[in-house]
Amino acid sequence: MAAENLTLGKALNSGLRKAMEDDPKVIMMGEDIGKLGGVFRITDGLQKDFGEDRVIDTPLAESGIVGTAVGLAIRGYRPVCEIQFDGFVYPAFDQIVSQLAKMHYRSQGQVRLPVVIRIPFGGGIGAVEHHSESPETYFVHTAGLKVVTCASPVDAYWMIQQAIASDDPIVFLEPKRRYWEKGEVDTAAPAAQVFPLHASRVARPGTDCTVLAYGPMVKVALDAATAAEEDGRALEVIDLRTLSPLDLTPVYESVRRTGRCVVVHEAPATLGMGAEVAARVTEECFYSLESPVLRVAGFDTPYPASRLEEEYLPDLDRVLDAVDRSFGW
Amino acid sequence: MTTTAETATAELLDWYEQMAVIRRTEQAAQDLFLAGLVKGTTHLAAGHEAVAVGASTALRDDDYVFATYRGHHHAIARGATPEECLAELMSKATGLCGGKGGSMHLTKADRNMLGSYAIVGAHLPMAAGAAWSAVLRGSGQVAVAFFGDGATNIGTFHETLNLAAVWKLPVLFVCENNLYMEYTPIGSVTAVPNPAADRAAAYRLPAELLDGNDVLAVHAAVATAAQRARAGDGPTIIEARTYRQFGHSRTDPGKYRPEAEVAQWLARDPLTLARAALADRGVPESDVDAADQRARALVEAAVAAAKAAPEPDLATALTDVWADGSAGWRS
Ligand SMILES: Cc1ncc(C[n+]2csc(CCOP(=O)(O)OP(=O)(O)O)c2C)c(N)n1
Ligand SMILES: [Mg+2]
Repeated sequence: MAAENLTLGKALNSGLRKAMEDDPKVIMMGEDIGKLGGVFRITDGLQKDFGEDRVIDTPLAESGIVGTAVGLAIRGYRPVCEIQFDGFVYPAFDQIVSQLAKMHYRSQGQVRLPVVIRIPFGGGIGAVEHHSESPETYFVHTAGLKVVTCASPVDAYWMIQQAIASDDPIVFLEPKRRYWEKGEVDTAAPAAQVFPLHASRVARPGTDCTVLAYGPMVKVALDAATAAEEDGRALEVIDLRTLSPLDLTPVYESVRRTGRCVVVHEAPATLGMGAEVAARVTEECFYSLESPVLRVAGFDTPYPASRLEEEYLPDLDRVLDAVDRSFGW
Repeated sequence: MTTTAETATAELLDWYEQMAVIRRTEQAAQDLFLAGLVKGTTHLAAGHEAVAVGASTALRDDDYVFATYRGHHHAIARGATPEECLAELMSKATGLCGGKGGSMHLTKADRNMLGSYAIVGAHLPMAAGAAWSAVLRGSGQVAVAFFGDGATNIGTFHETLNLAAVWKLPVLFVCENNLYMEYTPIGSVTAVPNPAADRAAAYRLPAELLDGNDVLAVHAAVATAAQRARAGDGPTIIEARTYRQFGHSRTDPGKYRPEAEVAQWLARDPLTLARAALADRGVPESDVDAADQRARALVEAAVAAAKAAPEPDLATALTDVWADGSAGWRS
């Protein structure tokens, strides 16, 4: 056991380092990721240790970055692109949605696209729009892309390595407001003990209501569960982890026990992950449900600037309120 | 027409034949489209043959080629057969991509024809990436991106020229300037007269402006640029002026083009020019006619085979989403 107490950001850094050590075909590219180590320092020290050929400071050109990564990938490399902030991924949207996602399919499998696009996402750091967004639905909606997000240092460490080792293109969403939060990471855990990439996980067992969250909202859901305990309610919190493909089997199993389900995310409610999950849970667990699946989400507004984000972001109170509504049905 | 001493006459005759195969394939594609056997749309490259054959013959087999939706000529020049191209256009199981790509996405990765792209400009950074992979491997390969004049006004063109110049990547940017986007003359929407070549200075890249209907001129320019790239001297922009003999796509008759302009370019048909060059070198007309006949027979057989080929199994609509071949999308 080589357990270390790491921040989520440091865990990502260590995971990236391990991926580069394990496979010489892994290449990192992005704005300011080399000498600086990225604006959040997630690639800190990698250029120094792996060289300028493998950790590249790119021009400010998101479409060019992702397109170049596609070209590297179809000729045998495993590029990892850092998008500096969520809102800066849109200039690369065509490359991701029309090329990266579709080339394997339309070439009948002639080319492979093992590209990881790392995106720090979500709010809570007092930044403004373009720096606090949750763009997951755009990518989840696109067949051919896998989308995952980590909520803890241990997941950060392993999931980034699993994503890089995957032969499919993956959008890897990093909960930026959690970069500085610490947790135990056993960097020497045997492979059999490492949780699979495309699987959701019960983060806290409970019996009364199933609360689903992912990325930055897992902590909010866990805090809500702690608070609900004082009211005598045992919430079961499930960290979805993989948004595409979704792994809802543990969710169905849970909802059949609890009869209630609340989905939490920062992205706006309309056509968000919660809408998809609600539809599927309703299809699969209709006769077990005591009340409708409820959503706690961001509002249908552009992301509001710093002070106003406190109003926008789902918090403990809004989650508990939804749980109350579920029970009051 | 340029005459290059190094280009042996037999070689030139072979290039002529390749161009004739492309021309016949494009004519066949048009006929099949009009007969309702090619669905949707198709963009023919008749008139552009000299760019594909001149360039491809100047490249190594392991060099990478990226083309646009108007890319049948590049697929064939890189070794795809007319039969597998036509079958792909007809959405047959024997097509280059099993009918999953269609007219605009011809791809033959095992011949390093790394795809045709229907989003204008999208493939330019990919060519840079493939070129970069060659640098990392130290393989001496180059990548070539072919694109239209219209592509020179989209962001990826400029993003890619800059990063390829900064990183000195072994990539060639070959613009097939056929004077029009779809229906709009390129000159009316572009700030400079030569849409690709005139942009080179902004990225401190060398540029060649040449007659894209002259297979020898294209070959010579691409050979020189490829040599520069392999030597580590970075990208070159080549702007080849040419003309499409059909409309933009489908049944477009191209009426927006002045008759005199069309006539002038038809008189400068790349096959006519190559015939003249062969005559200059003393090749008997009967040899050139024989090449034409072989091309015709090849394409006739290809049409028959593509027509007779089986339809794809509809279940293949649900394969190949993921690298393991599956389409497992949701749990
Ligand atoms: C990004 C994008 N915008 C618009 C189109 C529609 N479109 C297809 S071809 C074309 C004209 C492109 O002209 P050019 O680059 O000169 O190529 P050519 O067709 O002449 O070979 C347009 C506008 C497209 N395919 N992609
Ligand atoms: Mg054009």
